Amino acid sequence: MTVIAENLVWGVKRRTIVQDVSLRVAKGETLGLIGPNGSGKSSLLRLLSGLKTPQSGSVRIMDQDIARVSRRALARQVAFVQQNASTDTNVSVCDVVRLGRTPHRSALSGWTAADEDAVMTALQQVDMAKRRSQPWQTLSGGERQRVIIARALAQDPRVMFLDEPTNHLDIHHQIEILRMVRALDLTSVVALHDLNLAAMFCDKIIVLQSGQVVAFGTPAEVLTPRLLRDVFRVEAEITAGAHADHPHIRFVTA
Amino acid sequence: MTDADEKGGAALLLLLLPLVLVVLGFAIAVASAIGDYSIGLGTVFLAVTNGLGLTAADIPPIEQSVVWDLRLSRALVAALAGAGLALCGAILQALLRNALAEPFVLGVSAGASTGAVAVIVLGIGAGSLSLSMGAFAGAFAAFALVAILSNGATSGPNHTILAGVAASQLFNALTSYVVTTSGNAQQARDVMFWLLGSFGGVRWPDFHLLLIVVIIGLGVCLLMARSLDAFTFGDEDAAALGVPVGRIRLILFGITALMTATIVSMVGAIGFVGLVVPHAARYVVGPLHLRLLPACASVGAVFMVLADIASRVVAEQQTIPIGVVTALVGVPFFAIILYRAKPQT
Repeated sequence: MTVIAENLVWGVKRRTIVQDVSLRVAKGETLGLIGPNGSGKSSLLRLLSGLKTPQSGSVRIMDQDIARVSRRALARQVAFVQQNASTDTNVSVCDVVRLGRTPHRSALSGWTAADEDAVMTALQQVDMAKRRSQPWQTLSGGERQRVIIARALAQDPRVMFLDEPTNHLDIHHQIEILRMVRALDLTSVVALHDLNLAAMFCDKIIVLQSGQVVAFGTPAEVLTPRLLRDVFRVEAEITAGAHADHPHIRFVTA
Repeated sequence: MTDADEKGGAALLLLLLPLVLVVLGFAIAVASAIGDYSIGLGTVFLAVTNGLGLTAADIPPIEQSVVWDLRLSRALVAALAGAGLALCGAILQALLRNALAEPFVLGVSAGASTGAVAVIVLGIGAGSLSLSMGAFAGAFAAFALVAILSNGATSGPNHTILAGVAASQLFNALTSYVVTTSGNAQQARDVMFWLLGSFGGVRWPDFHLLLIVVIIGLGVCLLMARSLDAFTFGDEDAAALGVPVGRIRLILFGITALMTATIVSMVGAIGFVGLVVPHAARYVVGPLHLRLLPACASVGAVFMVLADIASRVVAEQQTIPIGVVTALVGVPFFAIILYRAKPQT
């Protein structure tokens, strides 16, 4: 198991946002995190990636308790892709991707061939190599998202956490980005809103409701009309997709 | 940025940095030559080598004394103050992700003025405390208040800026209260003049202290230059890139407060350098801090020495407060940059 979370609890003031969540992600697996607004998806992702510290419970990544690992060491194993990354600074595509090498470089070390390799490979993986000199401010939303993913890849991580990476993208780019993430030889956990995209691209799905896990399994096991009615309050028909494990959801008006 | 760009950038820096240093040396020489009593550049050179003990040239003792004891130390302090303020501005603009951040945004200048007023007007310390020590204590008191109000500077840029605004208001109010109730117009004018900044009265010991502080500051900031780059997309993103955000913020806020407090306690709150120079430098060398910070320090140094020269020559027999000059020169310069920089987004 690459990622093991046990009994995670986290909240703000007296409101508990993540309640006793445990989960396991196997090596190379793409885990989808779905749930209605405010169900704790983003918070859970931040707990798993060590950006937030749980009130109780623990996260183990690659057999290490992340609470005991330095932030720098953790960033060499784990990359986090935030939604809608933005900056006022006038940086180029390549500048941004180079930031991904931060955890691998000490304060005084120069730019090595390995760093350059990682950056170029990452740029090629997201098909932005030819536009590496372009200013960040001139990129479209989908291009920015690809650059941020390239930066995460330049970190050379074992596990990647993505917080709604397809937000605000058109359908072509949504599919393109998720296909790319799935094709990567990485363990990844992706928070998603679109249930059909989750069904198409995830090996396993976790459904969160009010900070608790209400279902866990393959898309076909999890995405049932009953669950969609109970958790998302929608009526839907589920049909088998091209592959038995990846069903298709058709929403119907009640 | 491609590999070639990176090398080009490094080459540009290697070319520009010596150029700026030569300009700085020349500016300091001119600053040592110009004044009510003008001295030739050749004599200035000899006076400097004499002072360093390299030569024993025969020049009038008065000229030797004016250059070495008065003007050179003043010019060097001006250079260091400019370098330090520009550096602090660049650091704070990065950490607070705010283009308007400058060295006094954390209430340091307001605290310094309160400390100075406490010493000048109230006579706290009964003569044993100098104005500079009072100002330094006040500056650090203000910084401590900001640090407490913003939970050790860990609760995000806007929170920290608001804490700085609150601290500035509090200390400015205290200063005004003391000045108005003390009822001594001359003392009030002294304080006002001091606040606008002046390099009059700085001597070699000031230079030595400031040199140590600025070198330490520059060293620490350069070591953290890569971490500063990681703040491009915000605090959380920096954390995701492996930067220990809380620790870095606290160290850098502390070092900027130390530099600013030292500078303010010596020469007053000289505005605008810390705001404008980082923008100008960023416009030329780009946003990456390993290049930006040395550029800021050197451009800030040159700018301040030139401003000091201007403050002494513009009005005859009078020295204009240096803060007035930095703003008068800085604003048009800033306007050009704003005008020429293409609007982003």
